[in-house]
Amino acid sequence: MSRLEILRFALRGLAANKLRSFLTTLGILIGVAAVILLVAFGEGASQSIQKSIQRLGANTLTVSASFAGGGIGGPVGVGSSRQGNGPRTQARQLTLDDAKALADPEQVPSARSVSPVVSTGSATAVRDGASHTISQLVGTYPSYFEAMNKPVETGSYFVNDDVLAARKVMVIGKTVADELFGTASPVGEQVSVSGVPFTVIGVLKTSGSSGFGFQDADDVAIVPLPAVQQSLTGFGALSSIVVQATGSDTTTSAQNEVTAVLNQRHGITPTGGADYRILNQATLQETVSSTVGIFTSLLGAVAAISLLVGGIGITNIMLVTVTERTREIGIRKAIGAPRSAILGQFLLEATVLSLLGGLTGVAIAFVGTRFTIAGIEPVLVPSSIVLALGVSVGIGLFFGGYPANRAAKLRPIEALRHE
Amino acid sequence: MTAPVLALTDITKVYGRGDAEVRALRGVSLTVERGDYVAVMGASGSGKSTLMNILGCLDVPSSGSYLIDGVDVGSLDERRLAILRNRKIGFVFQSFNLIPRMSALANVELPMAYGGVTAQERRARALAALEQVGLSDRVRHEPNELSGGQQQRVAVARALVTSPALLLADEPTGNLDTKATGDVLEILDGLSESGRTIVLITHEDDVAAHAKRVIRLVDGLIVDDRRQAPVGGPPPRSAVRLQSTPGGAS
Repeated sequence: MSRLEILRFALRGLAANKLRSFLTTLGILIGVAAVILLVAFGEGASQSIQKSIQRLGANTLTVSASFAGGGIGGPVGVGSSRQGNGPRTQARQLTLDDAKALADPEQVPSARSVSPVVSTGSATAVRDGASHTISQLVGTYPSYFEAMNKPVETGSYFVNDDVLAARKVMVIGKTVADELFGTASPVGEQVSVSGVPFTVIGVLKTSGSSGFGFQDADDVAIVPLPAVQQSLTGFGALSSIVVQATGSDTTTSAQNEVTAVLNQRHGITPTGGADYRILNQATLQETVSSTVGIFTSLLGAVAAISLLVGGIGITNIMLVTVTERTREIGIRKAIGAPRSAILGQFLLEATVLSLLGGLTGVAIAFVGTRFTIAGIEPVLVPSSIVLALGVSVGIGLFFGGYPANRAAKLRPIEALRHE
Repeated sequence: MTAPVLALTDITKVYGRGDAEVRALRGVSLTVERGDYVAVMGASGSGKSTLMNILGCLDVPSSGSYLIDGVDVGSLDERRLAILRNRKIGFVFQSFNLIPRMSALANVELPMAYGGVTAQERRARALAALEQVGLSDRVRHEPNELSGGQQQRVAVARALVTSPALLLADEPTGNLDTKATGDVLEILDGLSESGRTIVLITHEDDVAAHAKRVIRLVDGLIVDDRRQAPVGGPPPRSAVRLQSTPGGAS
């Protein structure tokens, strides 16, 4: 008896009960497609979040003032005393001197660049009657562009000379350019911010909406630090200091070195609370990754349950099919069917059902992952396909094979007497 | 002289254990020569169905030896037993036992499919067998589209299509009306006439009258073994009919 023959019997067996075969296939199909799709969405979400974190700058530490330690002074203008001698109860602001100390390669060897940052929210920019409120105006050093991963698309960056001379030049984000200039090229044009004229020298590349927060990362203008201090904020405290480490493996040592320098300068004892905090990009990324990982596992677990339900469906159908056809098995044995042929037929029936359902499920998942849903672009994970298919076929084989084997082992007369 | 088709020696079959023990067969010895047509009769519970199942290798005896065509069935393993059932035995059941949702032709082809016959030859032989039972016009019908008599004729065709050494029929007419009974018995007579060895079970004297030899079972023992016609000759009813209506049968 050839294998082809057994396959024909199996197909005929399935065709004899089309509705049941279809429903079983559907159960497996939904399970497999759900597993692959949900895992793909989880993976897609995870990757997009990772990307937006990386967009914020690679290997950077952001040092910002924290007022947790003591009385909160006025927002700006507290020119803090230069030397930290004796314990302080008053929290101190970050100063340009702090930034300069951090830039010392002896004390902070792991830092590649240090950019002091002053930023003001909502500065109104006007140009030829068009007005736009820039949500973030940043005054900083040229190294900021690299540290924060903000490449210029047209025009150029400002350079150290511009900083020293406190030139009123400005690099603007895409949103600002669109709002103020529309389709015209903004490079070389004048924009006045709070009455102070700035010359636009460059437009940043679109970074896309940042993954978190509701802030538009392109609604930004970057100017030399002294220029913004002179005209807008005054020579007060810094908003933050961006430290770029020399590599991804040195971010931790950079953080330790920065901590040491600032503790010394701000007179912070190991027991006292720090008046600043350091946001480490790498740590943030790790935290977010692990959070997203949990989220993906959760989705996977939900999908696995639906696969399990599909599997139970196939189990149920195979049990019913074999039990119901025990008599048929008896007849086949009575006319001389060997056990292997009977077992083979039922195994093939189960395999065909689960493979058909599984492969259709994979196909549907492939189609489904072509669509972007809720802003998430799904990413197919090959292992999830293998797993889903493997589980569905495995369940089909085991739960189809077990009752079939039991029935095939019966003496013909016992199978025939079965009602 | 060739070996007898069937040779049973002191066959017993016991169901259950202890108090629930039922001795269905208590030592049956029987020899059936090639070309014989044997009817086994007995009241229900006499063990005739048990005997039939053992003859058809559907069940195994508790003790005793059983030879088909000189082969000891007890010594065969599962796989050889399947081959033996396929090649040597054709079985006709009281309840037809056709496989549902398969055409008459496919049902008749089935034993040959398990026997490894090529598709072409299978088709030809199945059609020939169906013609032999007078169902050439029903080959595409499924069992539920056929009458009881037609189903039983399909079952007979399925049993004889492999040219088995032995045709076993377990009350083949038990579920049929008079007309269909006549049709089936006529076919069996024809087969016997062409030299086929047949063993059938019945509790109807009319049916038994067709056989060349009648055996009576009571409580698991053979109590009567009567020959109605010689092994080599035609079955008795067929001979009668041949005399009355020449050329009418087969």
